[in-house]
Amino acid sequence: MMGTAVFYLVAVVGVVSALAAISHKNPVVNVLSLVVTLFCIAVSYALLGAEFLAAAQILVYAGAILVLFLFVVMLLGAPEEPPAGERRPFQRVAGLALAGIAAAGSIAVLAGIRAAAPAGAVRGTAEALGRLLVGPYLFAFEFISVLLLAALVGALMLVKRKH
Amino acid sequence: MLDLLWLVPALPLAGALVLLGGGLRFGKRTTTAVGVGSVGLALAAVAAILVQYAGMHGETVARHVFNWISAGDVTVDFALRLDPLSAVMLSFVTLVGFVIHVYSIGYMHTEGDRAYARFFAYLNLFMFAMLTLVLGANLVVMFIGWEGVGLCSYLLIGFYFDKEYCAAAGIKAFVVNRIGDFGFLLAIFWAFKVFGTVDFSGMAAALAADPARYAAAVTPIALLLFVGAVGKSAQLPLYVWLPDAMAGPTPVSALIHAATMVTAGVYVVVRCNFIYRLSPTALLVVAAVGGVTALFAATIGLAQNDIKKVLAYSTVSQLGYMFLAAGAGAFAGGIFHVFTHAFFKACLFLGAGSVIHACSGEQDMRKMGGLARKIPVTYWTFMVATLALCGIPPFAGFFSKDEILGRVFAAGAGNLNGFGASYLVLWVLGLAAAFLTAFYMFRAVYMTFHGEFRGTPEQWHHVHESPGSMTWPLKILAVGSAVVGLLGVGRAITFGTDLNWFEGFLHRVAPTVEVEHAPSLGTEWVLILLSVAVAVAGILLARRFYFGAEAFVAPRRIAERAPVLYAAVANKYYVDEAYDRAIVRPLGKLAHFSWKGIDTIAIDGTLNASAFFTEIAGDLLRFLQTGNVRNYALFVLGGALAAAAWLLL
Amino acid sequence: MTVPTTHFVIFAALLFAIGAAGVLVRRSGISILLGIELMLNAANLALVAFGRQHGQLDAQVFVFFVMAVAAAEVAVGLALLVAIFRKQRSIDVDRLNVMRW
Repeated sequence: MMGTAVFYLVAVVGVVSALAAISHKNPVVNVLSLVVTLFCIAVSYALLGAEFLAAAQILVYAGAILVLFLFVVMLLGAPEEPPAGERRPFQRVAGLALAGIAAAGSIAVLAGIRAAAPAGAVRGTAEALGRLLVGPYLFAFEFISVLLLAALVGALMLVKRKH
Repeated sequence: MLDLLWLVPALPLAGALVLLGGGLRFGKRTTTAVGVGSVGLALAAVAAILVQYAGMHGETVARHVFNWISAGDVTVDFALRLDPLSAVMLSFVTLVGFVIHVYSIGYMHTEGDRAYARFFAYLNLFMFAMLTLVLGANLVVMFIGWEGVGLCSYLLIGFYFDKEYCAAAGIKAFVVNRIGDFGFLLAIFWAFKVFGTVDFSGMAAALAADPARYAAAVTPIALLLFVGAVGKSAQLPLYVWLPDAMAGPTPVSALIHAATMVTAGVYVVVRCNFIYRLSPTALLVVAAVGGVTALFAATIGLAQNDIKKVLAYSTVSQLGYMFLAAGAGAFAGGIFHVFTHAFFKACLFLGAGSVIHACSGEQDMRKMGGLARKIPVTYWTFMVATLALCGIPPFAGFFSKDEILGRVFAAGAGNLNGFGASYLVLWVLGLAAAFLTAFYMFRAVYMTFHGEFRGTPEQWHHVHESPGSMTWPLKILAVGSAVVGLLGVGRAITFGTDLNWFEGFLHRVAPTVEVEHAPSLGTEWVLILLSVAVAVAGILLARRFYFGAEAFVAPRRIAERAPVLYAAVANKYYVDEAYDRAIVRPLGKLAHFSWKGIDTIAIDGTLNASAFFTEIAGDLLRFLQTGNVRNYALFVLGGALAAAAWLLL
Repeated sequence: MTVPTTHFVIFAALLFAIGAAGVLVRRSGISILLGIELMLNAANLALVAFGRQHGQLDAQVFVFFVMAVAAAEVAVGLALLVAIFRKQRSIDVDRLNVMRW
């Protein structure tokens, strides 16, 4: 019962802070709201038995990625929404409509599903995931490291000042 | 040496490639060395080959050069074949060709360097094509040469392409030849379908093994081949290109339109005699077309005033004789006439060229006369060749023409294939043509060389004998015209002793179709005397009409008495006009309709319409391409949702 | 009693829709990247929920990979934004129309 209550609490908080993350004018507020949402998702992971992912979510996402965002926001020194240039009212209306359709549609579809109870708690501990990563997924795991290296080099190349 | 057979066509080809590859930029000296030298070397090679071949008793030598086509059942090798028939052709084609090359050095020396080089390049290319045609061991290789000589003929007739009538004559020759080539191609396809090979030996072997099996196919193949021969050898009804071909330089007329290329049709018929001899119908058609053409062209020759046109119609007429011989089964006799004709007709054309050269380009015999005094070498050589053409003994033409008329008469009297009466009629036509030939040739001689000069005094002053490079070929060919007939002395002349080396030599590849009841020796002698008498009568009539004080009086009176007939003959029976009305103009209208109606409106319209609608669609759709990232993201999400909806619903 | 899988998925769907709206509506490059992060996380959450439904750990491995890819994407994306900002003193994506027809 405790877990159920916690889920609905974090769900509500997560959705509200997600709305703030995309709608607030101040980019710093946006980023920090997203941190809250990501934290809520981390709690959900924990409730789903994915302990390692919950920790990684907080460390990698909230801790590293969003700090990087914050850092760029500060660096660019453009906290406010850029001055209105080309107005596209249709884009705004259509975007919101499509997003609304997506949300309403998925809720409508999902609400109608009477799924069986979950097969059982498989705990995603660091050990269990680690065995999978260096076992069947070894190649993908190694490949991800190459991808990260490529992204690192690419980012460096992009921001390097040309002489 | 026989292994070097491929050198014979390859040498002139190399010459042509060097001249064309050099961009026609060589000086006259280099061009002469390359152009004449290559043919000279080919002549030397031919001489060496023939000397060796002489000791081989006429066996067939085939030399495989390379695999050309090999696809499924179709195998065509580029192979050359030396047998008595191709050996004979080879000998005079290279000899006459070389002589004419030498003659061209003098005749073309007034041209610019570039035109000079172009001329020799085409001439060498022609030699290559003609030698390929002669040596080809199958119909397809022969067809390369066949088309090659057609192409060179077009190029050389239109040599002075800046003159409109020359270009038109070139096109006319090409188009008319194409009609014949179409028949030739169909014959090749048909032969391949029936025999499974286009090799002469292969086809001959198949026919010899089982004639009954191919009985149905023999006549159509023979007739289609003959369609090709009619186009190339200028027979009725496709002869119209040859007189116009005189627009080319005179050595070209001599080489291509008298001595070699036009004989290709006769060569094909004789080469394929193993097909023709099995088809009485085809033989009769060949003989009939030849006989009628011989007389028809001879009558037109009566009223021509251009010296080259006279010779052109005479060529058409003599080619008719050759087909007449082949059609009567005297294949060797036909080739013998090809052989002798090559000498005297080349000599006549080169003589005419020398006359034209002397008269500063004048070709109208009405403005000549009395030239014998100023250009004696030309006169005497022309005279020898004319006597040969008229069939006066002992010149070459007498033996070959007499052989033909004798064989046709024999075919008629011996009722060959049951068509005896037809052959007798054709014999009469041939005899009449012999009379007319003698008449119009001596008309030309008298108008050109005798009487008073009818041009301007300046022209008369300018008349001069041609240089040595032109007179020596004339002398060589005149000697040839006088003596080559001795190679094929008919049996009757020697009172039954067989001295006919020519026919004996060809017997292996082209045996004469023998009739059951050969005419007696006495009959043959009567025939010989008759044909000589007819020729002499023609000469005497020409002398009466065009020589001495009363020259031109009688012809004028005839023209006045029968104006319609005279106009018809002088205008070549309006055949060109009739073709123009009946074929050329309707075709032109059809082409115009295809262009303006079908092509411009229907085809172009469809294309333009589709292009127009594509452009409109593009103009409208490009507004989707906003260049805005978020806009694209919107489309992506919309698409993703649509896809999801389609999957779920 | 545990929370049904569908509720987790509905939560994820809502987050995804909100993220998509952010991508489509905002013009600031940073906000668009944030929206993309939100969508990625929503997908991750759905994955983990489905994984639990089937009693498998592979879904969690995938989520782990997605996180790594997201980190790479953010690094490159932010570097692009910095480069663009240097070029035209703005991160408004609507102004990125240099290559438009």
